Amino acid sequence: MHLKYESQIREPLVDGNKDYHQVTEDIIRPIEVKPGRLWYVGFFISVAMLLFGVYSLYREVTYGVGQWNLNKTVGWGWDITNFVWWVGIGHAGTLISAILLLFRQGWRTGVNRAAEAMTIFAVMCAGQFPIFHMGRVWLAFFILPYPNTRGPVWVNFDSPLLWDVFAISTYFTVSLLFWYSGLIPDLASVRDRAKTKLRKLLYGIVSFGWTGSTKHWQRHEALSLVLAGLATPLVLSVHTIVSFDFATSVIPGWHTTIFPPYFVAGAIFSGFAMVQTLLIVVRKVLNLQEYITLGHIEAMNKVIVLTGSIVGCAYLTELFMAWYSKNDYEGYAFFYSRANILSPYGWAYWGMMFCNVVSPQVFWFRKLRRNIAFTFFMSVIVNIGMWFERFVIIVTSIYRDYLPSSWSYYYSPSIWEIGFYVGTFGLFFTCFFLFAKYFPTIAVAEIKYVLKTSGESQKEKMDKVEDQQVEEFAHEYAH
Amino acid sequence: MALKRYVVACFDDEEVLFPAVKRVRNAGYKIQDVYTPFPVHGLDHALGMRETSLHTAGFIYGITGTTTALSCMGWIFTQDWPMNIGGKPNFPLPAFIPITFELTVLFSAVGMFYTFCYLCQLAPFVKKHHFHPRATDDLFVMAIECTDRTNVEDLKAFVSNAGAVEVDYQVAESGWWFGRYDKQQDLYAEPHSIGY
Repeated sequence: MHLKYESQIREPLVDGNKDYHQVTEDIIRPIEVKPGRLWYVGFFISVAMLLFGVYSLYREVTYGVGQWNLNKTVGWGWDITNFVWWVGIGHAGTLISAILLLFRQGWRTGVNRAAEAMTIFAVMCAGQFPIFHMGRVWLAFFILPYPNTRGPVWVNFDSPLLWDVFAISTYFTVSLLFWYSGLIPDLASVRDRAKTKLRKLLYGIVSFGWTGSTKHWQRHEALSLVLAGLATPLVLSVHTIVSFDFATSVIPGWHTTIFPPYFVAGAIFSGFAMVQTLLIVVRKVLNLQEYITLGHIEAMNKVIVLTGSIVGCAYLTELFMAWYSKNDYEGYAFFYSRANILSPYGWAYWGMMFCNVVSPQVFWFRKLRRNIAFTFFMSVIVNIGMWFERFVIIVTSIYRDYLPSSWSYYYSPSIWEIGFYVGTFGLFFTCFFLFAKYFPTIAVAEIKYVLKTSGESQKEKMDKVEDQQVEEFAHEYAH
Repeated sequence: MALKRYVVACFDDEEVLFPAVKRVRNAGYKIQDVYTPFPVHGLDHALGMRETSLHTAGFIYGITGTTTALSCMGWIFTQDWPMNIGGKPNFPLPAFIPITFELTVLFSAVGMFYTFCYLCQLAPFVKKHHFHPRATDDLFVMAIECTDRTNVEDLKAFVSNAGAVEVDYQVAESGWWFGRYDKQQDLYAEPHSIGY
């Protein structure tokens, strides 16, 4: 008797002839062996980048925000650009783990663990920017509403900047819980096959004494489902609230109702590109091509072309509204500051248009969707484009505001601003390298769960089932 | 929780496990639990477990978050320190929605996670009895509780016959509850304790 059935027409999610033990072996083996030379090289470079970032921040904290090239007109520059960019990247992880779970997309099982880890690290990087942008970072706790001796002076609950505080911290907490609750059973698998005392002890602590009891699995399933149900509106709300930072202001180019869906689509777009960048490397280095298959990469490329097209529609809608509203300031922001290639930042706008709207359209071709080297190249292009999007939105809207006497000619970052950004890359990749070394990069239990229906070797046996008469089939499966 | 005696039957295929569960239960034996490497759907019903109420707990935590957010913001802006922010009302419900939503989600998620850990008795440094180390790898491990009247040898033969690939007899603590050890027993002196 087969417990589950899936048509052979669907591409297998796990290639090769696997049984349960082989799945554990393949995914957990990299944790138990010494990492290769590439890992050390990558880790060393990441830590070096992180240290450069720490030094850049040391300059900023010691000498003040004047270390950055912001001025009164361009008050938000690289810092907020990078903040929005990193938060956006985080969104793909939650989309894969939560929304695709609710939509019952089987292919999420191969990529969700790494994508969720990416979410957590990306949100950690994102959080640094607004915190250090405050200037006196040692007073950062002022953003929390707590009874204080200053009145009490409370925070402004009407402000989108405060909504951001709540949104980002909730997002980080919920993502972390979601990720960790999924990790517990897999960490128990590592613990139970550990050969060394230290590994047994450490993985014993982090696996919380998991036994795999049926009752515990039942609760675990309920927990995952409800967390997915909570994370789905949460992920939409987070980038919606980030877009409110702009949309509730009265700056031309920001004050539009299209921002929330446009930002959410852009976030998923850039996030999937980052997942591709990371997983194409991970599957190769950790030898996981049978679990993260071409089918997985193709599915993610389909999401990229869909969200890229939504973003493209949003760009065109913005241009149309700038013309149709007949608002002089809106028109100036769009048709001079952005779309005029000869204006100071015109190159950034057209770079964004090319990277985000034109280039992902190549993914309409199946051959290119399934080409790994090309996908890797495109994933980098998309993230460059999405960085430009945030830069264009922020800087081109504010460098020439309503009062020409306060126009700023040209804003370009200082070395310490760049250093801060480089530092968050260092933080992100340092965390990701450690994750890839010490944690199961693929959800072992979830792969085992889909193995009997979607494994390549198991699907071959479905021939017999597919030849059955309807009555026989119904007799066997209906219960 | 006292020490109990178990016959431990290991299966390597869930398609054999299901009929075996049925047979063991029909024969009148009490299955203490089945330990599986991944969630096997329908096994909870086959074992006669009731549905979990974790969802309900999540809902209660959620509405706690909603009321906390609305009442705190309302009290602060209308009672404790009313401020004129651009002439907006002191209780602007639309502007309170984002934070209210975030706190609903936060309370619900955190509360559910801790409730899950509490109900399953999961925490760092917790030591439980593991019937078989491969229960987290590729074996489905069924622990059948023995009473004074159980003939262990008969039961062993019965489960082997039902398709178990490995059968074993163990004495173990039946459960674990935070901060309450059973005084009469020594968890580390058991035949198959794997030592963490």
